[in-house]
Amino acid sequence: MSVTSVDKDFENRTLTLVCDFPVGVERVWELWADPRRLERWWGPPTYPATVEKHEFTPGGDVTYHMTGPEGDRHPGWWRVRSVEPPTTLEFLDGFGEVPGDAGGMPTVTMRLEIGEHGDGARMVLRSTFESVEAMERMVEMGMDEGMSAAIGQIDDLLAA
Amino acid sequence: MVVFDVTGENEHVDRLFHALSDATRRDILHRSVEGRLSVSRLAEDYPMSFAAVQKHVAVLERAGLVVKERRGREQLVRTEPDALHRARAALDRIEGLWRGRVDRMTLLITEGPRDPGEVEDETEASGT
Repeated sequence: MSVTSVDKDFENRTLTLVCDFPVGVERVWELWADPRRLERWWGPPTYPATVEKHEFTPGGDVTYHMTGPEGDRHPGWWRVRSVEPPTTLEFLDGFGEVPGDAGGMPTVTMRLEIGEHGDGARMVLRSTFESVEAMERMVEMGMDEGMSAAIGQIDDLLAA
Repeated sequence: MVVFDVTGENEHVDRLFHALSDATRRDILHRSVEGRLSVSRLAEDYPMSFAAVQKHVAVLERAGLVVKERRGREQLVRTEPDALHRARAALDRIEGLWRGRVDRMTLLITEGPRDPGEVEDETEASGT
């Protein structure tokens, strides 16, 4: 398991993941910077991603679509805010065909930092959500992986 | 299905457990997250009378799990966890998503050294 820590800040709607990998910084950066590698982890096995455009420059766009089990197509995009290979990437992550236009749907601000740590690399990934509604929408839009929404919700309700 | 021992010591918890102990009511909770469906609309999808579905909604309402909102002539049913609670539930699931992604990253990274310039996708990592 590569995830070293997870910090969930409910008030500020941020999720921060710290992950350690036993490889160099460049290898971790490639996972994001090489579209063929990116599409092998971005979507779950049931919704594989296909990256169409991949502009890793400030103001550039990454566009992709995920294909569902019934051939259903779910387009999405990133708008790159800043990029400093091989360590830092900040982008807006949204749904829809048109980069920069989420059509009223929620967007997430993502910040990625990769640095040397011990013999390997540490990846810190911070996701900031616009609102609670945006987070819930995100979950409904297929971010809900490997877990039944209904069951999760009931567990949450029971734990209240 | 777990049979909950209803002792009456904590009325609210009892009501909550009772409300959640029925598959139809759990389904209603799931379908009412967005609060767009009326009782009659919900009732269309169950093999039972409108009155029976109305009773299920009433049980959920007494347990504080849903609220009914009047919209014109309809009453819409909405699942009602509090805001922080909703944030927690949503973030938990988003964490699950990222854990899945990081697992796939780990598989890719540990699948062996690879030429940085290589873009051919000749082998598929086992997805699960």
